[in-house]
Amino acid sequence: MRRLVLFIPVGIFLGLAVLLYRGLSLDPTELPSALIGRSVPEFRLRALGQDHYLTEQALSGRTSLLNVWGTWCPTCVAEHPYLMALAEQGVDIVGLNYKDTDAKALAWLERLGNPYREVISDPQGSFGLDLGVYGAPETYVIDARGIVRYRHVGEVNERTWAGELGAAYREALQ
Amino acid sequence: MIAEYGLFALIMALITACGLTAIPMWASFAGNGAGMNAARPLAAANFTFVAISFALLTTAFLQDDFSLVVVANNSNSLLPAFYKFSAVWGNHEGSMLLWILVLCAWTFAVALFSADLPQIMYARVLSVMGAIGVGFIGFSLFTSNPFARNLPDVPLDGKDLNPLLQDPGLIIHPPVLYMGYVGFSVAFAFAIAALLGGRLDAAWARWSRPWTNAAWAFLTLGIMLGSWWAYYELGWGGWWFWDPVENASFMPWLAGTALVHSLAVTEKRGVFKSWTVLLAIASFSLSLLGTFLVRSGVLTSVHAFAADPERGMYILVFLLVVVGGSLVLYALRAPAVNSGIRNAWLSRETLLLFNNVVFLVATLTVLFGTLFPLLMDALGQGKYSVGPPYFNAVFVPLMALLVPVMGIGPFTRWREDRAKRWMHPAWVSAVSALIAGALLPFLGQGFNVWVALSVLLAVWIIAGLWTDLRLKKAGSHAWWPVLRRQSASYWGMMFAHLGFAMCIISVTVVTQWNVEKDLRMSPGQTADLAGYRFEFHGASAITGPNFRGDEGVVTVTVDGRRVAELRPQKRQYVASGQIMTEAAIDAGFTRDLYVAMGEALGQDGAWSVRLHYKPLVRWMWIGATLIGFGGFITLLDRRYRRVSVAARQSPEELAHA
Amino acid sequence: MRFCASLFLWWLTLPVGAVIETYEFSRPELEVRYHQLVEELRCPKCQNQTIADSNAPISEDLRRRLYEELEAGRSDDEIVQGMVKRYGEFVRYNPSTEGATRWLWLAPWLFLGLGTLAMIGVTVRRNRSVETPRDYASDIAELLEETKE
Repeated sequence: MRRLVLFIPVGIFLGLAVLLYRGLSLDPTELPSALIGRSVPEFRLRALGQDHYLTEQALSGRTSLLNVWGTWCPTCVAEHPYLMALAEQGVDIVGLNYKDTDAKALAWLERLGNPYREVISDPQGSFGLDLGVYGAPETYVIDARGIVRYRHVGEVNERTWAGELGAAYREALQ
Repeated sequence: MIAEYGLFALIMALITACGLTAIPMWASFAGNGAGMNAARPLAAANFTFVAISFALLTTAFLQDDFSLVVVANNSNSLLPAFYKFSAVWGNHEGSMLLWILVLCAWTFAVALFSADLPQIMYARVLSVMGAIGVGFIGFSLFTSNPFARNLPDVPLDGKDLNPLLQDPGLIIHPPVLYMGYVGFSVAFAFAIAALLGGRLDAAWARWSRPWTNAAWAFLTLGIMLGSWWAYYELGWGGWWFWDPVENASFMPWLAGTALVHSLAVTEKRGVFKSWTVLLAIASFSLSLLGTFLVRSGVLTSVHAFAADPERGMYILVFLLVVVGGSLVLYALRAPAVNSGIRNAWLSRETLLLFNNVVFLVATLTVLFGTLFPLLMDALGQGKYSVGPPYFNAVFVPLMALLVPVMGIGPFTRWREDRAKRWMHPAWVSAVSALIAGALLPFLGQGFNVWVALSVLLAVWIIAGLWTDLRLKKAGSHAWWPVLRRQSASYWGMMFAHLGFAMCIISVTVVTQWNVEKDLRMSPGQTADLAGYRFEFHGASAITGPNFRGDEGVVTVTVDGRRVAELRPQKRQYVASGQIMTEAAIDAGFTRDLYVAMGEALGQDGAWSVRLHYKPLVRWMWIGATLIGFGGFITLLDRRYRRVSVAARQSPEELAHA
Repeated sequence: MRFCASLFLWWLTLPVGAVIETYEFSRPELEVRYHQLVEELRCPKCQNQTIADSNAPISEDLRRRLYEELEAGRSDDEIVQGMVKRYGEFVRYNPSTEGATRWLWLAPWLFLGLGTLAMIGVTVRRNRSVETPRDYASDIAELLEETKE
């Protein structure tokens, strides 16, 4: 009976080993959005290159993608053609021009094309902060009620659209 | 060709390690004397091959052989020679080779200094250490070959060593830390050999004690050097961050501290055997766990090596074999019955048991806190962070619990003691601690309840040590013979406890009274901080061997008297483009003045500057050095240099037990 | 599986070293609270750094927001809750005493309780042992040895 007590350490160790094994297939740097299942935070920012203001209302009424981009972000250039293609397929995309200058952003859209229904201009990054953005590009799926359904960090391309991002969008459509 | 020779030597090391694992172990069960005797030459050969391999990798670094992947990624032709040397272990592959070198050095040391051990014992100890060597040499060869070539496209120059690592501290910190980390493998091997032989006794404790103390002392110094390095190199004046990688080296230290104390009980009194052997296994297992955490990427850390799940998998399997295997052996073979040896409630045994409980709780707490984010993630509960505010809040009270016991431990008798015997001096200690706690803070910035408490605790420890000397002197007239009569182990304990007392005061005072200011300073502007006047004289461009940058000049005066001139730097390294802050520190026994430069602001030569006044911060490293020094002093104890009587008498008995 | 760090331009230029900013606070106690809070909030994008230690742009933004919120008279708790709303419990280096993290705060004392119970159990048993089967002969031999030296 006393001998059984001596098996406690090996029991604890095995539990630890299972945890470490599980840990190998987890990514500690991946951070899910805290906003999933919640409404888009309130904001009031100018539309890029225009005089009117946009609010969270601009993101409700229909399922859309909110794409965070900036001209300083090389991956944003890489994903741009795919966003153009998505827009042509009828996907509603709203841009969030994050920590950028209007002049550069407008020139960029001029040159590469504009896939966005609206572009929110956020030069200070204040809306980005409320969204919990930590880099660019990031793409959020927002449903018709203005609820954040999914966040994708990194490039949008055929592969990611065929994966969880696209699935989240299609699910939000229903 | 150097790299190929190095690889060949490493392969030979693997083969000799396999021989070292298999032959003596088999011979110890078969009763084959020649086989057991082969352990020593095999350990020597193994060490020689690893040393050759390491020397060749070092040569490749010194010769700028960029055809080697590790050299190309971690060195540069402009790098000063001594940093090329330390660049050998400034990366995953090279540091693994250093790990192996240190392991084989310990193995070889055991082979050299095991003349007094019974044949069967040293054969098994060396065999277990050989097995650990097989695991790690295999890890190096199969997953992280340091001699991999960049062929056919040999880069013209290397990417340079991370600037953070271009520092004298990094030349000595890793080897010392690894001496400690890996040194616990000796205690582990002794524990496994004793379990295999079924004989855990005072002789076993006596054999493994000096090895354990040495490893523990190295680990103490290694951690101390790491903390000191972080303090002056990271540029923001912190000295302990509770980062997973720091915790990875701290957990074996905590378990090792418990082990060092419980070995004393097992050696002196022959009790707590199962417990001590478990601690020996645990200390080394935590070293291995640390290696896993640092190199697998399961936790995010500022210091972690590049994450690689394949390496993680290898270490995990190795952990399962070594730790799982030894714990199963422990469960099957450790004595489960009470030794029947009596000790009273008030006895040194009980106090040391309390020490063990506290250190074990501290180890488990740090382990739980470190792995908590992983646990939550694995359970799908989301992402969490556990950081310094948590660890400080739970760790500090735990350590404070030790102090009351430390003040009476040194003079409490083994087996049974009566408080009446020392009640009077203990009262004197308590009163002097109270008075010191109430008054000494006024030497600093006035009364502060935390500083007062820390002084109270530290003085209680020191008064306890003093009381012990007084009690030992009782009856004799002269001090000298009394002092001379004390063993090296005793003086080791004195130094270590004294060092601990210094650390308590230092940590509290620097936390409570640290003054920190971030300022915009233009040339000629002054700032006052804790009675010191800092004047900024502007910054000018400088060029180093492999960096460019700016150097500011700050003079410090007290009442017009010049105290120090500080020259903090802001560097940009040429090869990597990385920017580094080199803080300038005026170190002192009672305080450090610390200046770091941020950014150049505007056109008038102004910079953002961080000024720190850090009282008694140095006491922490002095204290930690005393703790480590105490560990080394115990090695001088004559007990360990004499042949163990029991061992000489009955090797056969040991063999067949 | 692990997304590539080079996706982010910011990471490539991430400097190492002190972050030194010179916010002017309207009241000194705000500065004290500021220094405390920057040490308790985690940079969401870094390898285990507080926003005080990190030079990443997001940490800069968070520090500015923190400064603004302090100046706007928000309490520490409100500010931390606001950050948790954006980034989740992940941003707190000082875990909440509620929810799953309460186990973190309880665990050390549970361990200590168990350890103390075990210690009491062991000592009660040892205290009851009547015999001291220790080999006194070797004790004496040792004493003799030590005095010889």
